[in-house]
Amino acid sequence: MKIHEYQGKEILKKFGVTVPRGIPCFSVDEAVKAAEALGGKVWVVKAQIHAGGRGKGGGVKVAKSMDEVRAYAGQILGMQLVTHQTGPAGQKVRRLLVEEGADIKKEYYVAALTDRASQKVAMMASSEGGMDIEEVAHKTPEKIIKVFVDPATGLTDAQARQLADGIGVPAASQAQAIDTLKKLYTCYMETDASLAEINPMILEGNGGIRALDAKFNFDSNALYRHPEIVAYRDLDEEDADEIEASKFDLAYISLDGNIGCLVNGAGLAMATMDTIKLFGAEPANFLDVGGGATTEKVTEAFKIMLKNPKVKGILVNIFGGIMKCDTIAEGVVAAAKETHLSVPLVVRMKGTNEDLGKKILKESGLPIISADSMAEAATKIVAAVK
Amino acid sequence: MSIFINKDTKVITQGITGKTGQFHTEKCQEYANGKNCFVAGVNPKKAGEKIFDIPIFGSVKEAKAQTGATVSVIYVPPAGAADAIWEACEADLDLAICITEGIPVRDMLVVRNKMKAKEAAGGKKTLLLGPNCPGLITPDEIKIGIMPGHIHRKGRIGVVSRSGTLTYEAVAQLTEIGLGQSSAVGIGGDPINGLKHIDVMRAFNDDPDTDAVIMIGEIGGPDEAEAAVWCKANMKKPIVGFIAGVTAPAGKRMGHAGALISGGADTADAKLAIMEECGFTVTRNPSEMAKLLKGLLK
Repeated sequence: MKIHEYQGKEILKKFGVTVPRGIPCFSVDEAVKAAEALGGKVWVVKAQIHAGGRGKGGGVKVAKSMDEVRAYAGQILGMQLVTHQTGPAGQKVRRLLVEEGADIKKEYYVAALTDRASQKVAMMASSEGGMDIEEVAHKTPEKIIKVFVDPATGLTDAQARQLADGIGVPAASQAQAIDTLKKLYTCYMETDASLAEINPMILEGNGGIRALDAKFNFDSNALYRHPEIVAYRDLDEEDADEIEASKFDLAYISLDGNIGCLVNGAGLAMATMDTIKLFGAEPANFLDVGGGATTEKVTEAFKIMLKNPKVKGILVNIFGGIMKCDTIAEGVVAAAKETHLSVPLVVRMKGTNEDLGKKILKESGLPIISADSMAEAATKIVAAVK
Repeated sequence: MSIFINKDTKVITQGITGKTGQFHTEKCQEYANGKNCFVAGVNPKKAGEKIFDIPIFGSVKEAKAQTGATVSVIYVPPAGAADAIWEACEADLDLAICITEGIPVRDMLVVRNKMKAKEAAGGKKTLLLGPNCPGLITPDEIKIGIMPGHIHRKGRIGVVSRSGTLTYEAVAQLTEIGLGQSSAVGIGGDPINGLKHIDVMRAFNDDPDTDAVIMIGEIGGPDEAEAAVWCKANMKKPIVGFIAGVTAPAGKRMGHAGALISGGADTADAKLAIMEECGFTVTRNPSEMAKLLKGLLK
C-alpha cells in the first residue's frame, strides 16, 4: 500500500527524523492560510499523488510571495499531473502539501528495502540525491552504496557510518546523518514497510540534515497490525476496478489489451496472459480468482472484466485442484447469463471433475467455446475477436 | 528414490485442528502411504486429543520425541506462522513445509535470519519449503500439501515451480503424455522463502531416479538466474524452462527499487535469456513444456 508524501513525513517525524514544517491542503484558500501559518519568505507548493517524478511534471513549485502561493496552488490543484510513473493519462491532483522553504547545500538519496537474495534489509545511499535513482543505478552504479542488515542486530553504527562516509556527508554533519539512517531503519521495520525512501535527504546551509521527500510502500500482508497506516489509504489514488475486485478477494490488474482473462493462481494467470500475447493478441487484465472461487466471485469477476470497454473476448483458464471444475463451470454459466455476455467466451478447464465441468458448459445452451490446452484456448479467442 | 520425502517419511502437522489443516490432512492421509506417514498433530490447547486417529501433542518437540517424525507441514494462520516455522526449527526437524499464505515479510525476515544464525552456531539445519506454497509430492508414495494428488503419476521427471497451479499444469501435461514425476516441488511465491530453485535443482541432480527436470519461474527476484548459472556448471540432466510474466506490467507488484537491487535482471525476458544461455531448453509457450521435455529424453 502506498501513501502520500505528507503522510510519509508524518511517520518519519514520529520516528524522530527531521522534516520541514508543512501543512496538507485541499483548497487554494487552505494553501494560502497554511503559508501564512508557516511564516517565512519562501514556500514550496507540492502536488500530492502516489507517483514519483512530480517536479518534472510541474507538480512542485517554489513560491516567494503569498500571490505566488495562491497562483501555484490554483495551477496544481485539479491538474492532471503526468509523470513517468502515472502513465499518459496522468493522475488528478486533489491534495497539496505547503512547506517552508529549505536551504539546500547538497542532496543525497537514502532508502531501506528488503533484499530477497540476502534475506536481509538493504540500506542504500547515494551522493546523487534528488534524481531518479533508477537512472543513477543504470548510469553510475558505483555511486550507490548498500549495506545489508540482520534484523537481529539492526543497523549498526559502523554500517550507518559506512553509508554516510560513502556518500560524502561532511564530518560535522555525520552524527546527524547516522542518526537519520538509524531512525529510517527503525521506522522501516516497525511500520512493516516494503520501501522507505528519502529522496532527497538534504544537507542544509547550517549543516543540518533533513528529509525533503518521503516515499513509503507497505507490506499488505502486515496491514492487519497497522490500523494507523491503513487510515492513510487514499482510494482516489487507486484504480477503481482494482478496489472493487479486492472487495471480492480477487486479484485484478487492468492492462491495455482486448482479451479479458480469468484464471486461478497468479502464476497460471501470468502464463495465460503470456500465451494470449504469444498467439497474437494482448491481455486486457490480470485476474486471479484464487483457490476458493464461488459462483458469486466468478460473476463479480466477469462484471469487472466487462466494465472495460476494450474487452472484445474472454478467456477462462482454470486448473481444478481442490476447486472442482464443475463448480467453476456453474459459476461461468451463471455469470454469462447474469451479465448477458455478448463477447466470445473460451473456457479451458483441466483437473478435478473436468468432464463434468465441460458437460455443464455444453448443456448450458450458451455459445461457449471449449478448449483443451492454453495454446488452443488462446488461438480460439484470438480468432474469435478478429 | 525421490527428493526430500518418500513413503517412509513421518510427518507432523502444525495447525492440524484449523479448517484448512483438517481438510488437507484428510486428503494427504488418503493419498498413497499417507495413513502411515501423518503421525502427529500439534496444538497446545488440544494435547492428548486425536483427530482422524492422529494424536495431537502440545509442541513440535514432544511430537517428534513421541513419534520419530522428521518433517512438519504448517497450516497455521499468517500471524502465527513464522513462530510455527521457528518451533519446527528449534525441534531440529529435517524439513518444515509452510503452506500458509499472507505471512508478513518482516516475520519471514526475522525467522530466516534466526534459522541461519542457529546453523552458523553449529546447530542442526532445518530446511524450509515455502511459505505460500502448495507443498511437495512424491507420486504413489506421499503427498505433503494441497496439490490434487490424482493428476500425478509415478515416474522419472522432476518439477519445480514458484506457482501452485502452474506446477499442476506441468504435472498434468507430463502425465497426459505418459511421463511420470519423481517429485514435484512448489517453492512458493513469497519474496522471503526457504528452498530456492537452485536447492531443488541440486537435489534433482543428485537423485538417481530423476532423469530430467521442468523448472518454472516467474518475474521478480534473482533466484531463477542463480539456479541457471549453477545448472550450467553442474547439472547433468536436461532441463525445460519457462518463466511466467512476459506480459506483466513492470513495477505493479514489485517496487522499482526492488528490481534495482537484484540487478535489474528479473524480468521474464531477462530470465529466459539467462536460462537459454545456461543450456536450458526454454519455451515461451507454457502449453508445450512436457512435449519439449519428452523430446530431450534419450
